Amino acid sequence: MTRELIKGNEAIAEAAVRAGCRYFFGYPITPQNEIPEYMSKRLPEVGGTYLQAESELAAINMVYGAAGAGARVMTSSSSPGISLKQEGISYIASAKLPCVIVNIVRSGPGLGGILPAQSDYFQATKGGGHGDYRVVVFAPSSVQEAADLVMECFEVADQYRVPVMLMGDGMIGQMMEPVEFKEPKKRGLHEKSWATTGRQGGERNVISSLHIVAEECYDFCLEREAVYREIAEKETRCETELMDDAEIAVVAYGTVARIAKNAVLKARAAGIKTGLIRPITLWPFPSDIINDYAKQVNSFLTVEMSTGQMVEDVRLAVNGQKPVHFFGRTGGIIPTPEEVFNELMKMAEGEKHENNL
Amino acid sequence: MKTIYKKPDVFLSENMHYCPGCTHGVAHRLVAEAIAELGAEERAIGVASVGCSVFAANYLDCDFTEAAHGRAPAVATGVKRVHPNALVFTYQGDGDLASIGVAEIIHAAARGENITVIFINNAIYGMTGGQMAPTTLVGQTTTTSPGGRNPAGAGYPIRMSEIIATLDGAAYVERAGLYDVPSIARAKKAVKKAFETQVHKKGFAMVELLSTCPTNWGKTPVDAMTWLKDYMIPQFPLGVFKEV
Amino acid sequence: MTQRIICSGFGGQGVMLMGQLLAYAGMMEGKFVSWLPSYGPEMRGGTANCSVIISDEPVGAPTVTEADVAFVMNKPSMEKFEDTVVSGGHLFVNSSLIDETASRQDIDIHQLAATEIGIQAGTARTANIVMLGAYLEKCGAVSEASVMAGLKKAFGEKKAGLLPMNQTAIDLGRQNVK
Repeated sequence: MTRELIKGNEAIAEAAVRAGCRYFFGYPITPQNEIPEYMSKRLPEVGGTYLQAESELAAINMVYGAAGAGARVMTSSSSPGISLKQEGISYIASAKLPCVIVNIVRSGPGLGGILPAQSDYFQATKGGGHGDYRVVVFAPSSVQEAADLVMECFEVADQYRVPVMLMGDGMIGQMMEPVEFKEPKKRGLHEKSWATTGRQGGERNVISSLHIVAEECYDFCLEREAVYREIAEKETRCETELMDDAEIAVVAYGTVARIAKNAVLKARAAGIKTGLIRPITLWPFPSDIINDYAKQVNSFLTVEMSTGQMVEDVRLAVNGQKPVHFFGRTGGIIPTPEEVFNELMKMAEGEKHENNL
Repeated sequence: MKTIYKKPDVFLSENMHYCPGCTHGVAHRLVAEAIAELGAEERAIGVASVGCSVFAANYLDCDFTEAAHGRAPAVATGVKRVHPNALVFTYQGDGDLASIGVAEIIHAAARGENITVIFINNAIYGMTGGQMAPTTLVGQTTTTSPGGRNPAGAGYPIRMSEIIATLDGAAYVERAGLYDVPSIARAKKAVKKAFETQVHKKGFAMVELLSTCPTNWGKTPVDAMTWLKDYMIPQFPLGVFKEV
Repeated sequence: MTQRIICSGFGGQGVMLMGQLLAYAGMMEGKFVSWLPSYGPEMRGGTANCSVIISDEPVGAPTVTEADVAFVMNKPSMEKFEDTVVSGGHLFVNSSLIDETASRQDIDIHQLAATEIGIQAGTARTANIVMLGAYLEKCGAVSEASVMAGLKKAFGEKKAGLLPMNQTAIDLGRQNVK
């Protein structure tokens, strides 16, 4: 096994190329610039195309064109740029096109700051753009997992003809960890017979997001809803650690899950039975797993780099069975394992516990 | 009986949704004829825009991708980069190209993107019911410039062909009009030339077609043609602005 | 074994490279490693730091809030990170740029005039490698050979000529910390 010490952003770009991505359209924004920089060098080596668009709006619409033309295509940005891409993402969802969007999240709202955050959870999982659609969202917690998941992103996108997002905080993008690039797991998907390639002697194809007759738009949305249900059934991913005898479950995703894990281990050493639930897909959300554990544990602690976004989904999943507490840092401040440990101690001691920020 | 004119097969026989006297139908026909004359029916890919021409795919029998408002040049860029040998064109109105999509059209031209742009300038927003467009003439009445476009607050119409022609990546830029038989014959040559520019891989080509919108201008089809000739051409002079 | 390391200084002192060399060396030895740079606005102000973890276990938090080892190459870094070092940990201080002595009594403090020692090795720019030499001597979680392998990779063939000078910097770092 060859391992390379590589930055998260570069690992994401390299894994995308290995997954067959040959087109990249982007616009510079910190902290994801290593992705376009890497692509501008790497894609020409494999006969691909890198293009720096005039804006994020243009970039996502170039993605729309290339995806409609049948290519494996990707764009990447960070929070403010992802806001600009929402128009295109909605159209891509409506036109049933597969593509991969990488969001290396920075703090916000507005221009915010460039430090790590998880405050785009709502935007990523609850729509972002207009209309009845979903985006599949993968949240890696290590550079290796980022590389593995970006390959999966392309397969999921192609299989269901949906936009798929890989969402990491700034840490995932900027840190270096050893990575082994694995062979992409191909799902044996069909040719993209729907793509615009020119008629080429056959039937013509039209890529459209317009469903102007109400009944047609209704049918379209229901057809997509069935696909989203299938995705929820087959693609939901979640990792649990030390949950077998846990009395307190910590729920966290991305790099925060690693910080939380340090706290869980420390709490275990102090005799507190805690465990970690780490959603890997944020949509679809692993609600069933969390609901099941609600029967076992006494309480939950959700830890995020936001003022509390995923915690709403945890509460929906727990459905009132047990208390769900929250601990968050936001604005680019990274929670420390010690802070999370202190929260666990307080919970274990049964202190009355309000949401802490 | 002798056939003196036959509609190209790529031009579908659908009933058009365009209003009586609207020149979109003429512009569509010119595009269809150019595609047919170049024998490019099997490799043509259109990019429709938002506006009245959102339904362009209903009338032209080739592959189509429908773009968000203003983004057609970006979408066409994506398509063309994937299929460099396809004949890729956008069909955009003035709100789409000269207002919300200015960045996309300028940068597609600046890159010398090897696509063909058909730009329909009728000085008004047709689909949404006659609001002021970026190309609305000074003094022209619209539903959002009820007293006539007043430059004091609403500024001046934009001459896109002249702007695009200044860019090094633009290979061919012409403005033509659709108001009588001779002007349509000249416009046909311009449209074909814009497609040939792409076939010869010379770079970005755009034809601006001055068009009518009788419904929203509040004119009969014939009066609209006259108004185009008398009022639009002085503001938007016809001619070739760039040819390499 | 888990070693949590902070490398800090100002831009141009090579603190990012120090951290990368340690992470690379750890990886070469089959350990779990992570390298996390500060990339915030403070970088524009001239200070830079990175967090490195070398461990026999998978790395949890890639952030270092309690350091076993800290390198401070300039005064602001000392002010920021002295208290981060855990009791019994190691603080490597570049005394060329830091007049004050560290106040902690419960940690091992190693003062090196890294800039001057670097000049001895060939250039002041090897001050960071001098510090790594001292680290290898006192508390290295990785071997000198692995660090040198990392340098060889970082330099590539073009700059391979710089390796002997860096070897000297490591040697001098070791000697001066004794």
